[in-house]
Amino acid sequence: MATQIQAGRPAATAGAGAVHKYYQRFDRIDRVMHAFLMTTFIGCAITGLPLVFSDHEWAASLARALGGFQTAALIHRICAGTMITVWLLHVIRIFYDAATRTGFLAVFWGPNSMVPQPQDIFDMWNHFKWFVGKGPRPQFDRWTYWEKFDYWAVFWGMAIIGGSGLILWFPAQFAAFLPGWIFNVATVVHGEEALLAVGFIFTIHFFNGHIRPEKFPMDLVIFTGRIPEHELKDERPQEFRRLVAEGRLAAAEAAPPTPWTKVFGWVVGGAAVIVGTATVVVIVYSVLN
Amino acid sequence: MIRLTIQGIALALLVGLAPVAQALAPGKAPATAAAAKAAKAPDASQKCIDCHAEAEPGDKSAAGKPVKLDPEAHAKTLHGGGNATCIDCHAAEGLRKYPHKEPGAAQCASCHEKAVKEYAETSHGKARAGGNGVAAACGDCHGTHDIKPTSDDASKVSRQNLEATCGACHGSEALVKAGKVPGGNVSAKYHDSIHGKLLHGDTKAKDRVPLCTDCHGTHDMRPKKDPESAVSRANIPETCGTCHGKAKKAWSGGQHGKLRAANVMTAPGCTDCHGTHTIADHNAPKWQVEVIRECGGCHTEYIDTYRDTYHGKVTDLGFARMATCASCHGAHDILPKENPLSMVSEQRILATCQACHPKANANFVKFQPHANKNKKDSGLVLYYTTKFMQVLLAGVFAFFGLHTILWLYRSLAELKARRGRPAPDTEKH
Repeated sequence: MATQIQAGRPAATAGAGAVHKYYQRFDRIDRVMHAFLMTTFIGCAITGLPLVFSDHEWAASLARALGGFQTAALIHRICAGTMITVWLLHVIRIFYDAATRTGFLAVFWGPNSMVPQPQDIFDMWNHFKWFVGKGPRPQFDRWTYWEKFDYWAVFWGMAIIGGSGLILWFPAQFAAFLPGWIFNVATVVHGEEALLAVGFIFTIHFFNGHIRPEKFPMDLVIFTGRIPEHELKDERPQEFRRLVAEGRLAAAEAAPPTPWTKVFGWVVGGAAVIVGTATVVVIVYSVLN
Repeated sequence: MIRLTIQGIALALLVGLAPVAQALAPGKAPATAAAAKAAKAPDASQKCIDCHAEAEPGDKSAAGKPVKLDPEAHAKTLHGGGNATCIDCHAAEGLRKYPHKEPGAAQCASCHEKAVKEYAETSHGKARAGGNGVAAACGDCHGTHDIKPTSDDASKVSRQNLEATCGACHGSEALVKAGKVPGGNVSAKYHDSIHGKLLHGDTKAKDRVPLCTDCHGTHDMRPKKDPESAVSRANIPETCGTCHGKAKKAWSGGQHGKLRAANVMTAPGCTDCHGTHTIADHNAPKWQVEVIRECGGCHTEYIDTYRDTYHGKVTDLGFARMATCASCHGAHDILPKENPLSMVSEQRILATCQACHPKANANFVKFQPHANKNKKDSGLVLYYTTKFMQVLLAGVFAFFGLHTILWLYRSLAELKARRGRPAPDTEKH
């Protein structure tokens, strides 16, 4: 994730009062990385799930449909390799940005940091109070506590699944310096963590991003990169006030998303939601059987 | 061609020494040249043949039996050419006068006393004696007026025809049902088995591959629960070993064979893993994957832990490229790992793993192919990692499940409340 709001093109507001103002939330690199993450994640999930549920009829059919386990394994490893690359590039980018622009403190502290802050604890508590009608909605800043959880779940997940996956991919090489039981542990960790990741992304993340009534049926911000002013004010009032106070609101303003990015978002996001929801249905059905 | 009346044929069929003059009694079929010729024949059988040769192929006796006899074909049978006369098989009684009565079952025992005695002890003989009219008698396998030596390709029991002969009953769903035949339609299974495929194939094996009788015997055929049977549980290894001597020897030296030698009859013999009539090519991926379930039928805990591994999952999906039970443990020569000769013994495990993983080293082979992640004795790291992952999954889904449900409830409530008021700026971006 970007650690700083990127300045987009100036909003084309002149003369046309009906046009909404937009503010940049994700820059181009964020969006490209998310696109890679999303497709490779679905690729790994679809090719890996038959192994988790190998004793179900559908698993064998899916494995055959994917061209056999060797083709499925190839797709799985291509997706995994790409995802690990995205993960590494992301970490490198954070360090590069920290060294050249933001400084290292901003990585770990402040409203643009993905690291949980004391404020997140209060936000979560107050959010629960709001759920049960015992208080106002918390005034969120740029990153909410559940978004940080999403981020770290994926961050940790990629490290754990990626690490265990590499061990299982290159057993002879890892056995050169690791004891043999590591393969037993890696198998358990890889499968369980994958189930957690798939279950979480395809239910909780989808709910937070798309399915909850305020967002239904789709939040396009990860595809367009821009958030409309009313949404910024409504959902992230603390960020809006901070941008105003810091005098950076104008710099954060961006042109409205082009129609094609919206169509792209609808198609790709919609496809992901459909595939993900179908996957969850199959998993729940299989676990219950 | 002269046509005898159906009734006339029926009576004439009861082959006999019935003089034709008597056969052609008043009111019956008209006198014919053939009948006259038969009357002059010196051989008693010839008289019968003369009448029955005249019949049309489709003609039936009153009891529904065919009456047509092809004299030339009959002459070439084992019984033909004067080797046996009609009444050698068909009791003379009642056949000497025409119209003669329906003859009873052929009296094979009058010559083949030993064979018939043996037959009485077979599954077929016992079933028939017990009133099962579907069970095969002599003629069902050997034919009647067309009996040829086994070595003759035209014989019903030649290598060429045996499958079809047994299959006439054992491949007929209707007869299998009517006769309560054990095993069901085994002909179809045999036909699709590796034995059946080789029999119908083009390799040299087609002349050696076992037919029904090679396993079940002929006049010594017994039900498999009879200890004397060639296919009894105890005798199966010997029977299969007739051809598969090497496999039998390896099995005898392996744990399964040793247990059998110690009278542990639950230990598997050939058919427990390979099946009987369905026996498949052991190189076929489908069988290699399916036989794992046979091993798992007894070794239940080991198949469960095997299915936790990549090996076990890929084979569960139907792909045979991964290690199956036999890849590590061997097939016929399976030995417990305490035995240094075992493929999974300390001495040999590295070589066993290296068969698929050439770069495997001492660390590598410490992988536990049958680790039980839910038991501490498979390693504490594995056990607690599993517990941790289970708690993590349950915790995350419980927390965010609640979070999501409460949020949904609140969002819907807010939405409902907002409906009454003027629409806020909610245009989609």
